[in-house]
Amino acid sequence: MKEHDSGIRTYIVVWGALVVLTVVTVAVSYVHLGMLNVVVALLVASVKASLVALFFMHLRYENRLVWGFALTPLFFLVLIVVGTLSDTLFR
Amino acid sequence: MDPATAREAATLGIWTFLATEVLLFGGLFTSYIIYRIKYPRIFYEGHLKLDHVLGAINTVVLIGSSLTVALGIAAIRKGKVGLLRLYLSLTLLLAGTFLGVKYVEYTEKFSHGLYPDTDIFFSLYFMLTGLHGLHVLAGMVVLGAVLFLAGRGRYSESYHTPVEISGLYWHFVDLVWIYLFPLLYLLG
Repeated sequence: MKEHDSGIRTYIVVWGALVVLTVVTVAVSYVHLGMLNVVVALLVASVKASLVALFFMHLRYENRLVWGFALTPLFFLVLIVVGTLSDTLFR
Repeated sequence: MDPATAREAATLGIWTFLATEVLLFGGLFTSYIIYRIKYPRIFYEGHLKLDHVLGAINTVVLIGSSLTVALGIAAIRKGKVGLLRLYLSLTLLLAGTFLGVKYVEYTEKFSHGLYPDTDIFFSLYFMLTGLHGLHVLAGMVVLGAVLFLAGRGRYSESYHTPVEISGLYWHFVDLVWIYLFPLLYLLG
C-alpha cells in the first residue's frame, strides 16, 4: 500500500465532480427520454460510485488482492440480478 | 505481524464485510428491479410523491461527508490529530443533517398516509432508505468512537488503521445512497 500525497487537491476535485454529476442526474430527470432516462441515471450513478471507490476509498492505490476483494461481490450481484430476472421474466 | 501486514489484513477484512453489505442491499435492489418491471405504473406514481429536492440536498450532504472523512484521513496521515477531529466532527454534523432531512421526509410521508404497507413502491422506499438510514446511524457511532479515541491520542502518523477502516465503511454508505437517490426519487 503506497502512501500518497497529492491527496487534498484530488479530493476536492473529485468532490466537485460528484456534486456536478448530481446536478446533471437531477437535470436529466426533467427531460423525458423514456428508457434512456434509466440508462443515463445508472450510468451517472456508476461514474459517481467509481469516483468514490477509486479516490475516496483509495482503490486506485491498492494492490490486486484488495481489488479482487472489492470486485468479487459485484460479480455475485450481477449473478443474483440476472438469475432472478431470467426466472421472473420468462416464467 | 508487522504493521504493514496488519494494515493490509484490516483492509481486506473491511472489504470482505462490505461484500456482504453489497449483497444485503443487492437482494433489495433485485426486488426493486423485478417489481419495477412488473408494476411500472405504481413506481411512476410513487416517485412523484417523493421530494426530489430534499433527496438531492441529502445527496450533496452525504457526498460532502465523504469528502470530510477523506480529508480527515489525509490529515492523520500527516499526524495532524486536531485536524482529524475537526473533519470527523464536520462529518458527524453532515450525517446528522442527512438523518434530520430523512426525518422530515418520513414525517411528511406519514402525514399524507403513505406507509410501508401503502404499496410495493413505498414498501421498497421505506425498506431501502430505512436500512440505509440504519447504516448512517451505525457509521455515526463508529466515527463518533474514532473521534473520541482520537481525542485520547490513539492515532498518529504511524498508526491510524481504524480511521481508514471506518472511513471505508462511511464511503460505502455514501455509495449506496448514490444509487438509491436516482432509483427512488428520479426515475419515473
